[in-house]
Amino acid sequence: MSDIFGIHEKSLMFSSKRAQLIANNIANAETPWYLARDLDFKTVFSQSQTAQMSQTDVAHHAGLLDGEGFSGLSYRIPLQPAQDGNTVDVQMEKSAYLDNAMHFQASMRFLNGRIQSLMSAIKGE
Amino acid sequence: MSLSNVFDIAASGMSAQSIRLNAISSNIANADSAASTPEAAYKSRHPVFELIRQQANDTAMQDDLNNGYGVQVTGIVESPTPPQMRYEPENPLADKDGYVHYPDINVVEEMANMMAASRAFQTNVDMMDTAKSMMQRVLALGQ
Repeated sequence: MSDIFGIHEKSLMFSSKRAQLIANNIANAETPWYLARDLDFKTVFSQSQTAQMSQTDVAHHAGLLDGEGFSGLSYRIPLQPAQDGNTVDVQMEKSAYLDNAMHFQASMRFLNGRIQSLMSAIKGE
Repeated sequence: MSLSNVFDIAASGMSAQSIRLNAISSNIANADSAASTPEAAYKSRHPVFELIRQQANDTAMQDDLNNGYGVQVTGIVESPTPPQMRYEPENPLADKDGYVHYPDINVVEEMANMMAASRAFQTNVDMMDTAKSMMQRVLALGQ
């Protein structure tokens, strides 16, 4: 029963973390020596698939997608490095941000559909 | 919840850009302010932007991902360029040789800077708007 939401639960967590990262990139678009960072979905996803360990103690690390540590975090390769050492390309960041918001919305749709089908099963309509 | 962090980050960006706009408008407004000595002349002001880093004692936020949390203005620096001397003996502020000192401000440069600041502000607003609609979708989940 804990798996009723499938990947979307983790996907939402990923999207909100990525939104925070890209927001930070955009806010620091004119900060000297700021290096833009991003999360790679493929890396994070493959790690969450291969490294599934059960938690035997509360003090243990809960997993790769619990919001405490992401290994898919990397620096963006600048297309046009600026004189002040800043590597933020606002256009690219904006498109990445919107793309991320779309993924978030898609996951939300799936979750909503799942909740609605569960609700109709519960009500027996 | 990292989505609500987007609001903080966008707000920090907006406030940094508004400080920048403030400095620019001060520079443009004082582009023609004369003074009788070079020291008294207005110096153009520029904000210094810096990444906000998490406090080291905040253990929950120690991971690399959270190390970076918006932008802040750490100071306003005054331009070191010397003011321009102009010969205006009729000016009441003129010194005994008839010179007044004007700040070395390029208004066109300041205008371009102003447009960049206003665009950056707008981007931050758009970002906050998107985060808001994402948040509303979360709240409407299952309805």
